[in-house]
Amino acid sequence: MNQIGLTHFLILSTSLFFIGVYGFLTRRNLIVMLMSVELLLNSVNINFLAFNKYLYPGKMDGIFFSIFIITIAAAEAAVAIAIIINLYRRHKSIDVEDAEALKD
Amino acid sequence: MTEFLFLLKHELILGLILVILLIMKIGSKSMTNSSLISLMNGLLFINFVAGWFLNREGVLFGGMFQNSSLLVFEKNVLSLGTWIICLQSSAWMKNHKHLPEFYMLMISTLMGMFFMLSSGNLLMFYIGLELSTIPLAAMCNFDLEKANSSEAAMKMIMSSAFSSGILLFGISLFYGMTGTFSLGGPSYNFDGSPLQVLAFIMIFSGFAFKLSVVPFHLWTADVYEGSPVAVTSYLSVISKGSMVFVFASVMYTAFRGIASVWYDGLVVLSLVTMIVGNLFALRQNNMKRFLAFSSIAQVGYILIGISGSSESGMASSIYFILIYIFSNLGAFGVISLISAHTGRESVDDYKGMYKTNPMLSWVLALSLFSLAGIPPTAGFFGKMFLLTAGAAKGNYFLITIAALNMIISLYYYLRIIRAVFMDKNENSLPSVQGDFGSRLALICCVVGILITGFAGGLYEYILSLSHGL
Repeated sequence: MNQIGLTHFLILSTSLFFIGVYGFLTRRNLIVMLMSVELLLNSVNINFLAFNKYLYPGKMDGIFFSIFIITIAAAEAAVAIAIIINLYRRHKSIDVEDAEALKD
Repeated sequence: MTEFLFLLKHELILGLILVILLIMKIGSKSMTNSSLISLMNGLLFINFVAGWFLNREGVLFGGMFQNSSLLVFEKNVLSLGTWIICLQSSAWMKNHKHLPEFYMLMISTLMGMFFMLSSGNLLMFYIGLELSTIPLAAMCNFDLEKANSSEAAMKMIMSSAFSSGILLFGISLFYGMTGTFSLGGPSYNFDGSPLQVLAFIMIFSGFAFKLSVVPFHLWTADVYEGSPVAVTSYLSVISKGSMVFVFASVMYTAFRGIASVWYDGLVVLSLVTMIVGNLFALRQNNMKRFLAFSSIAQVGYILIGISGSSESGMASSIYFILIYIFSNLGAFGVISLISAHTGRESVDDYKGMYKTNPMLSWVLALSLFSLAGIPPTAGFFGKMFLLTAGAAKGNYFLITIAALNMIISLYYYLRIIRAVFMDKNENSLPSVQGDFGSRLALICCVVGILITGFAGGLYEYILSLSHGL
């Protein structure tokens, strides 16, 4: 069979990306929505590493970018979970449908 | 060696303020809120004034960070806006338990915006962007006891995390095509292949989320309504202003090669944004929500300016943001005073306000006239330059629709003014007395609204800074 190449990685990352988008748009539990966002970010990491490995093997730009993404995603998740905890204290639920006081 | 001190001056000053805040938070528990507020107002004023001196142009960190006189001007505009917001929200801040943290979050977001503006590299841009949005979501939650505030923060963090995921996917495709993250480097080989267009669309949608361009605007009104008024004005003026600056410069530098592709996209989005923003603003009954939709409509006009040629587009959008800061903060200053003293925010509460608060009514009316673009105020000149910049491309259909939209917008701005000046109300607002800081902020806004339009040299000055873009 064929060697595993850039295309395989791109197919993997793109499907992961759209699974994340689908999960974000359909799930109503805030924690699961946060997990879907992590899927988006991880698909981006795969993209960066695959491009770096196959197209620009001499440089390290892609690897550095994915390290920064992992770090910032951790910070983002920390703030998001703090906000979700506070939301739970006010609404007694982490379902998006229960937090809908604001609409037109 | 000392070069970096001058190039990074704005960011270093903000860092210094952060350290001062941190030491005070750890060191002295006895500091009262009102003395902290006066100290911070002083420090932010020093930050604004110091921004004008000892500036250099150049690059740092191998091109990752750049500074130019245009960027210095943009940063000073943002510093001015932050100072005004801190002045006018003192009535709300006075009774808050966690004031030092609020200032820390606010100044870190401002620092993130400065790094984002100065970025010469997509990595730097991304870090600056996240530094300016993550603390902002925490700021939205600052009315800790209110359920609406936590809901607004949840919507803010979820939509910004989702949009930065999309933006990052675009950046990764961009990296795959070009092998570099540099924004201002040699122009890339753009030939309009599908991959390039896809990467562009994803980066563009990430920007559109942050700018709240229709159809990516759904979070805006909810977040604006739920957050404390100080945060709402910060979101709608400073955060949006910095995104406009970055958006314009990224379009003109990195994506110059596919200008024909993004021109069409920009035209369609600006049409939809103006129309939807205006139509939804017609039926709002909450002042913050109303200003949210009006700010969406204003973004539509800004996109027209950006769709013009690079120099005049850049200059007119910066000039408009400067005017927009004064007019929007004038309106938010009045709303924030009234909300802090009485807790009332709906349009019906403002009926008959002229009887009890004549000065505040005049300030509100002047700001709304400026937002609507009525001639003696600065807003007229801002919109005129935006439309002139857009008309340079010869797309008169777009300009006509924009002019019609401005007429629609007159209706809802005048509706507020009618409620304030003409309608009768038995249960009208009590007379509200602002302290020295909020009065000073309102005076700054009024002077800005009246002067910026007639100071004819200002636009030429900004235009001269944007040369060579």
